[in-house]
Amino acid sequence: MNTPEQRTDADLNAYVDGEMSERERAEMEVWLATHAEAAARVEAYRKQKEELHKLFDPIIDEPVPAVLSELIFQSRAAAPTSIGMRIVITLLLLITGAAGGWGLHGLQNSPQRTGLPNFVERAVGAHLVYASEVRHPVEVTADQEGHLVAWLSKRLGSPIQAPRLLSAGYQLIGGRLLEESSRPAAQFMYEDDRGRRLTVYVRAHAGGTTAFKFIGKDNVSAFYWMDAPFAYALTGDIPRQELLKVAHVVYEDLTP
Amino acid sequence: MDKKQAIIAEIPKLRRFARALASDPALGDDLVQDCLERALGRLHLWQKNTSMQAWLFTILRNIFVNQLRHAARRPREDPFDEHKDQSGGSAPMQGQRLMIHDLGQALDQLPEQQREVILLVGLEDFNYKDTAEILGVPIGTVMSRLSRGRETLRRLMDDGEHGGTPTLRRVK
Repeated sequence: MNTPEQRTDADLNAYVDGEMSERERAEMEVWLATHAEAAARVEAYRKQKEELHKLFDPIIDEPVPAVLSELIFQSRAAAPTSIGMRIVITLLLLITGAAGGWGLHGLQNSPQRTGLPNFVERAVGAHLVYASEVRHPVEVTADQEGHLVAWLSKRLGSPIQAPRLLSAGYQLIGGRLLEESSRPAAQFMYEDDRGRRLTVYVRAHAGGTTAFKFIGKDNVSAFYWMDAPFAYALTGDIPRQELLKVAHVVYEDLTP
Repeated sequence: MDKKQAIIAEIPKLRRFARALASDPALGDDLVQDCLERALGRLHLWQKNTSMQAWLFTILRNIFVNQLRHAARRPREDPFDEHKDQSGGSAPMQGQRLMIHDLGQALDQLPEQQREVILLVGLEDFNYKDTAEILGVPIGTVMSRLSRGRETLRRLMDDGEHGGTPTLRRVK
């Protein structure tokens, strides 16, 4: 920091970018109040930042091109696939509590040491990968719903229905079989008339019933619950209240 | 698995940065694809407890710089850097009458080394220290490139406003 009478370009930029201590900031503000030319430059730099965001932020909301998400997905095939290796990796994850790679820790209150049930992470991960798919979002499309449901029920070991979400404005596009720690899981995908996609992830769950729990981060959030014989996660990038409404529809439709 | 989820979560921001850097959607996504391929191939090199985001941005930016070296698309060198390469590009304003309509066009006039700093700090919100690490330069260099770049942008935009036609967009 220079004397109160002198400020450099670097000072103006550090001020704009929040790279100053509280005290430096306060001193800068006093100084700027009497130096109109510098204050105008600070304002211009701020507007540049705003304009950058206006120009490029819409890209954040674009669906990720299939070719990019497929890359990540395909690279799984190159990972160790033997059951033995998977068990080792799963154990390591449990022991080190290393699951939760994209920072969901602390966003919810589950007492589990990994911070989040495995199936929720898997559900959100699968949502991120497949909901952005343009060409192959599902393995079996909704026009073969009978086949889809029979197939997934068989693999999951209990009869499962694709929840009907039309009353919430979401139409089934289809589903796919996934694996979670070498066990089968199912994903149903839905789309509304604006092209927004939700996924319902289902896997076998032996005991116990829980209330809805919520996790949210940046552009994706999920409600999840357990209701034997299944555990469910509803994932989407719509506002929490809207997602909760859909979660209730899913719950009611699946509960006899 | 968790590393891959961390990568997936960064894709939207990588695409934003790549498109701004390459000023072209297709080139931008090609960059992201190259970056992801390289990152997945070197996942063992990523160090736990370091920022996955900064690591990916470093890879992407390095791929871009390497491609630029081959293509020589726009002046790469910052003409005011010390140790300036004699063959470096010319300063953007010299003797040119430029019609600048928006910040995107003004950005295209900047030397690459100033543009990347402006994007990392101003768009991606990296602090100066992380920006310096991503670019592999001292913090002082980050600050001087940022200062010059922003000042050049400001003058370009001012010219657009005062010297242009009434249809020019005002930057708010």
